[in-house]
Amino acid sequence: MNPAGVVARIEHAVKKPIWGCEMCGQCVLHSTGLTCPMTCPKTLRNGPCGGVRANGHCEVKPEMRCVWLNAYERSERLPLWGGHIDDLRPPVDNSLRGTSSWLNLLSGRDRELPPGWEHRADVGP
Amino acid sequence: MSVLERKLNGREFVVTAELPVIDGGGHAEILRQLEPMRPFVDAFNATDNPSAHAHSSPLAVAIGLIRSGVEPVMQLACRDRNRLALQADLVGASMHGIENICCLTGDDVTAGDEPGARRVFDLDGIQLISLGRSLSAGRYLSGRALSPAPHFLIGAVENPGAPPFEYRVRRAAKKALAGAHFLQLQLCYRPELLERFMHGAHETGVSASIALIPSICILRSATGMRFVAGKVPGIDVPPEIVRRVEQAADAEGECFEIAYELASHALSQPGVAGLHFISFRKDAGIAKLCTRLGIPPRVERESNGYSASVAV
Repeated sequence: MNPAGVVARIEHAVKKPIWGCEMCGQCVLHSTGLTCPMTCPKTLRNGPCGGVRANGHCEVKPEMRCVWLNAYERSERLPLWGGHIDDLRPPVDNSLRGTSSWLNLLSGRDRELPPGWEHRADVGP
Repeated sequence: MSVLERKLNGREFVVTAELPVIDGGGHAEILRQLEPMRPFVDAFNATDNPSAHAHSSPLAVAIGLIRSGVEPVMQLACRDRNRLALQADLVGASMHGIENICCLTGDDVTAGDEPGARRVFDLDGIQLISLGRSLSAGRYLSGRALSPAPHFLIGAVENPGAPPFEYRVRRAAKKALAGAHFLQLQLCYRPELLERFMHGAHETGVSASIALIPSICILRSATGMRFVAGKVPGIDVPPEIVRRVEQAADAEGECFEIAYELASHALSQPGVAGLHFISFRKDAGIAKLCTRLGIPPRVERESNGYSASVAV
């Protein structure tokens, strides 16, 4: 296995048990209240959707609490990154799936935006 | 520039309505559905597989609405299309003169009659708004030039009645930041939640940057009320409202009363830019409700002026 693959394996081994990491390769945990948005059944990067039930549970999985409700509540408790929940997160680059977001962070690859994307300034640090 | 855009820019009160879904019957069916509400409505929503049930596509229906001489608001949901298909439909819509776009994430496939379908959600509703803005700036998402650039009035939806209630105004602000100019609000059977949202949007200045249009649905029966309460994602109907219809001697009349009460309440909120009406049957319900609310027909509003604050 190549070194990048090894890093990806280690990353998954660390993040899967804690956050249910789906290895999207462009981690935004810090801006979503340390809640993985890829565990939302609609994989929303800018949730919550309008389908949240009155009891705060998911439209798709009634037994599960809304991922984005958790994200919002946790973000309110984050001293440093809390306001980042309002960042406009760009579309997921599906070609990064399965790669290490740690390496993509170091290389800057995870912050590359679609060239036509209009919101360069709003993505946040 | 669309009539809706001109009116929203000029802070004129707008009336939008949902065209009931079209399955068969061709263009004649669109005309038949339009007729009773036509005099009151500024623009008609062509829905995109509402509640995850397949119907005639929003692009086809929006073209049909233009051919019928009325202005469409083309809904576009992220559930059934990836970013290629979304861009294709937006650019195709522009080719036919469709400018008003309403961007939705969309109900999940499990809400509909094809729960085994693959859900797409390649983009979310907010990213779709931003995509519309990219196209308006003359570029596809890939950066490829789109010339001449299409002109859109981009809008979206928001649900004041779904948790986390205190975050919904911030989410509306995020949609404004992404490039949305209006929000058609989800049906809300808890007036206190709509009130909280409208006041929050007013106090934070959000309603000054994005036009807020509450929705009112005219139902006809206890069965309809139970369907909305139990089956439509994100709509919470208090049990006492369902009981009110169930116990009424005239269920249809009671449903109309409820719609009237909710609409009057919505009109009394600060920063209300208009109302969006939904009626599932082709009858004069919307015209009747507008008349009862004191909202004059479109032509009269345009010549004499009208604002919601006058009505209440």
